[in-house]
Amino acid sequence: MTQDASSIPIKPLEEAQQTVRRRIGPGAILAAIFVVALLVLVGMGLVRTQQGRVGIGSQGPEFTLTTFDGQNIRSEDLRGQVVVINFWASWCKPCEQEAAELELASRQFADQSVVFLGVNYVDTEPEALAYLQRFDITYPNGPDLGTRISQAYRIRGVPETFILDPSGGVVQVKIGPFLSLDEIVASVQAAQQP
Amino acid sequence: MAGAAQARITLLGLVLLLVLAAPAAPAWAQEGGEGPSDDEVNAIAEGLYCPVCENIPLDVCGTQACIQWRDTIREKLAAGWTEEEIKNYFVEQYGDRVLATPPARGLNLLVYILPPVAILVGAFVLLRAFRSWRSAAPITPEASPTLDDDQDPYVARLEEELRRRT
Repeated sequence: MTQDASSIPIKPLEEAQQTVRRRIGPGAILAAIFVVALLVLVGMGLVRTQQGRVGIGSQGPEFTLTTFDGQNIRSEDLRGQVVVINFWASWCKPCEQEAAELELASRQFADQSVVFLGVNYVDTEPEALAYLQRFDITYPNGPDLGTRISQAYRIRGVPETFILDPSGGVVQVKIGPFLSLDEIVASVQAAQQP
Repeated sequence: MAGAAQARITLLGLVLLLVLAAPAAPAWAQEGGEGPSDDEVNAIAEGLYCPVCENIPLDVCGTQACIQWRDTIREKLAAGWTEEEIKNYFVEQYGDRVLATPPARGLNLLVYILPPVAILVGAFVLLRAFRSWRSAAPITPEASPTLDDDQDPYVARLEEELRRRT
């Protein structure tokens, strides 16, 4: 009735290895590589979407702003100066609250190595130009072509303002409008501190 | 007399020309010449999405930004731009993400390639599975190994014990 263990047939090792090789063919390996690559891509996308705003202490992303009058401003050329980057749109009501104060501040700091830049987010040019005229804004402003700058700074809406120190590091992030000229002045002065 | 008749014929010819030319004029010209109609604007707008109000097509979005975008489409149409040119303009200004249908380039290609590839691979796997099921030999009950009682050492030993005890 009982069977001796030594009598149970055992597959030779080589035969077993061949079976495994036969089961995992080149097609399956290719499919596995494809799936892994796809998962990596999806993962990278998820990480990117989960990233928060460009925060204080991080380096401000590099960009080139082409202003409405055709001037190209490269952020890396502004090293050594405090840079105030304001994202705005003509359809944005809260942007209007700070527009005049930003212009006043830009004039106040005009001779103090402080550069104000306006990045016009998802807007139409005639309305944007009308807005600039309405608030008598003279500092450089330009459209965010391809929404590249706003994506680099990962803004969630307008207005948002980033203040960069002379080394290009982010020292202040303002979500929503500045409430007064004093608030803008204090923020810029803080960025000027070594 | 002859001059008046000639003038009448000329006038009639002009009226006839106007009547014949009217259907060839753009649709918005029939609506009083005020520019492209809302339908024409919306036909392009429905293929665009404003980044401010994601997931709402431009033709039904009520925000100020989208109203301005529709006005831009209207202006471009009135200037004689084609749908393709208008869409290219929006992509240049605001990026690929404004398009309802992503352009088939770069990583976007995956959107077009993956679904048909997945269907083909699935069909192939199913086909192979069906074939292997069909070609598999019918399962026959394997004859269970039986041992003759005389050959079983355990039974022989048991019988030997019983014989000794009786």
